[in-house]
Amino acid sequence: MSASPPLLRRLGALGPLLMLLVLFALLGALVPDFLGLRNMRGLVLSVTLVGTIATTMMLVLALREVDLSVGSITALSGVLTAVVIARTGSVAAGILAGLAAGAAAGFLNGWVVARLKVNSLIVTLATMEIVRGLAFLVSGGQAVSIPAERFYALGSGTLFGINYPIWLMLLAFIGFGFLLKRTSFGRNVLAIGGNPEAARLAGVPVDRVRIAVFVLQGLVTALAGIVLAARITSGQPNTSQGLELAVISACVLGGVSLSGGVATMIGVVIGVFIMGAAQNALNLLDVPTFYQYVVRGGILLAAVIFDRLRQTGGLSLPTLLTRFTQKDRLAS
Amino acid sequence: MSALIAYRGVGKVFPGVVALDDVSFSVAGGEVRALMGENGAGKSTLLKILAGEHRPDSGGLLVEGRPVAFASPRDSQAAGIAIIHQELHLAPDLSVTENLLLGMMPTRFGIIDRRAARERARAILARLGEEIDPDARVRTLSIGKRQMIEIGKALARDARIIAFDEPTSSLSARETRTLMRIIDDLRRDGRAILYVSHRMEEVFEISDSVTVLRDGRHVADYPDMKALTQDQLIIAMAGRTITDIYDYRARPLGDVAVAVSGLEGPGLRAPLSFEARRGEILGFFGLVGAGRSELFRLIYGAVPSTGGDVLIHGEPLVSADPRRAIAAGLALCPEDRKDEGIVPLAAVAENIALARRNLLGRPLIDERDEGTQAADLIQLMRVKTASPATAIATLSGGNQQKAIIARWLAADSRILLMDEPTRGIDVGARSEIYAHMYRLAEEGRTILFASSDMPEVMGVADRIIVMREGRVAGIVPRADATPDRLLRLALPDASTGQS
Ligand SMILES: Nc1ncnc2c1ncn2[C@@H]1O[C@H](COP(=O)(O)OP(=O)(O)OP(=O)(O)O)[C@@H](O)[C@H]1O
Ligand SMILES: [Mg+2]
Repeated sequence: MSASPPLLRRLGALGPLLMLLVLFALLGALVPDFLGLRNMRGLVLSVTLVGTIATTMMLVLALREVDLSVGSITALSGVLTAVVIARTGSVAAGILAGLAAGAAAGFLNGWVVARLKVNSLIVTLATMEIVRGLAFLVSGGQAVSIPAERFYALGSGTLFGINYPIWLMLLAFIGFGFLLKRTSFGRNVLAIGGNPEAARLAGVPVDRVRIAVFVLQGLVTALAGIVLAARITSGQPNTSQGLELAVISACVLGGVSLSGGVATMIGVVIGVFIMGAAQNALNLLDVPTFYQYVVRGGILLAAVIFDRLRQTGGLSLPTLLTRFTQKDRLAS
Repeated sequence: MSALIAYRGVGKVFPGVVALDDVSFSVAGGEVRALMGENGAGKSTLLKILAGEHRPDSGGLLVEGRPVAFASPRDSQAAGIAIIHQELHLAPDLSVTENLLLGMMPTRFGIIDRRAARERARAILARLGEEIDPDARVRTLSIGKRQMIEIGKALARDARIIAFDEPTSSLSARETRTLMRIIDDLRRDGRAILYVSHRMEEVFEISDSVTVLRDGRHVADYPDMKALTQDQLIIAMAGRTITDIYDYRARPLGDVAVAVSGLEGPGLRAPLSFEARRGEILGFFGLVGAGRSELFRLIYGAVPSTGGDVLIHGEPLVSADPRRAIAAGLALCPEDRKDEGIVPLAAVAENIALARRNLLGRPLIDERDEGTQAADLIQLMRVKTASPATAIATLSGGNQQKAIIARWLAADSRILLMDEPTRGIDVGARSEIYAHMYRLAEEGRTILFASSDMPEVMGVADRIIVMREGRVAGIVPRADATPDRLLRLALPDASTGQS
């Protein structure tokens, strides 16, 4: 036995995919209409917000950091875009303002984390409050309607029969998947998350990468927030509360390690759809919202336990399989 | 003598590697048995099975003749077993006391009795011959001191079966002496000791018997160390003879490559100056804590200096930033490979490519280019790994070390700062690493290396800088280096009026 068993290793990577397939099969069998084309389209559309933001949250988690401010940034960027469009009548100016707000919040997060070495959990907990507060201040506490029909197209328009928000999510999947695996930047993210001191001594520009990742997270979140505003045709200061938890859950379900250094885009995509499918099925079954909280929390809990087990090797398919096959070998 | 611990046909397979294949041997009470073998032979895996960290795929263990199956490290501890691991397992933010007595802090009325705990810790530290503050946070201690704490943990547990996995690789000569004495005490006390080390002198000094592993197989057993020679043991381990592991080759020196003048910073007690030429191998000898690692980190910009200059080929290195140093041609192989060297979950190839990739600053990854280079270096350095895509953390300690050296070969660094470069490396691989050092120097590179191993410093260096307590105690050319002279310079001397 000299070569490694690539097949087994692949199977291990397929763990989350198997989970997704089983979930879809189960829901397809149990929940009427679940697998219908209409519902599928609705399901995909419903995960766009979480899915888009999960792509950069993946980078943040891979860095061994976390970002709790994404829900607030979603709200602020939507509200700010709405206000600026209402004031100036310029859609472009509105979008730019929203993006700038997201980037600024991300930069603040990244700068404090990287330069002042403050724990990102605390930093982003603070900015989560601050940014939410700003969203209320900018909007005066009210939903801000957007007097520009053109802008709505961003949320409801389609290209080749697929809605723009879905395109945006797909682009983010592909773009950040490429960034993670095929660029020095992405590999540096994984190296820093894996061992920050070793990365620094090997010449990785640690601070710069940290700041850049948080800025990217701010930008992508703002973009998702603006698209959300277009979908609901207004800027809502209290939208997306708790969004950060949904996004982090999706990442962790998809195999992104909370202790950094491990992430795959395909995993995150799968995690996003596991979350979306569960939510969608609960809706189809008319489960009251109160139960939905319990189920969502349960999924998050399952996800972190899963993460823990994977780290201690208790849940790795390849170990289990090699152990199994090896027994046979020794017996023969 | 009856066997306290026995391995019976133990086998262990990891994805892509057979780590152990049908290994049987035993250790009696009052016996010190050395476990020898090349890097990746399976020594640590054997100990981890004893520790309850790995379960054997076949065979098993007997403790005092009774079969045991450890489901966890707790079970192993409960059976009276203590392991001193190759990589440190301390909680850096807890105090020395808390680490020593982890999980067994004395209590009064259910509350931790700090005073009693401190007393127990003091007693253990005294036995270790260490003057360490029991309240100090472990993070603040040098790696050698941390290793002593790790040993103290085993003493605190009062285990009957104690296994040491390369305990001396980061100890000073004095600490090593203390350890030898402690092991001798334990032997006289009737404990069973398993001892893993790549240092021949030590193994011959302390052990009664030896078991040799090669590629996971049990290839030889010598019940009596006295009837054995070093050469015989090396042949058993490596399957070949190694006549002169240093095999020093002199070479012409070029112009000055590194000039350090008046360097000051944490860990140095006085401004420090020296020069090193192209093609030169400059050894830094000293006791652990003499400031060699600190000096390397200052030169490299890993910590900011508070004064003085570092000139690389005449150009000053301005800011304290490893990236600047790397761009100027420097490389640092750190002493603490687990915390400062490897990115554990990343592939071996990725670990090798990291520095070069960032040095070149190419935005996109060239998989083909990096892949072939990593494969070449893995072959050149003879890194034992299932594949270049294997996570580096699963490699044996010595092989991780080789991969980190490969990282800087990939980056084509001109000036290598190697802090204990052969730490945890087997005899055969050591002579290969020395050969690489000579080759690199012949190519006009400069090598500064720190080592606490006197024969190594004397065998490899062209010139030796002896450091003592954060200063240069002397600079000794190769021809003038005698063990006596080096030691005299390295040891703190009462007459020079140190406080
Ligand atoms: N957790 C693991 N997963 C996969 N392979 C492993 C794991 N642990 C060890 N191995 C492999 O098992 C083999 C034996 O490793 P081990 O650490 O026991 O060697 P060693 O004799 O202690 O070497 P060294 O002298 O370098 O410390 C090596 O090839 C190593 O790569
Ligand atoms: Mg080992």
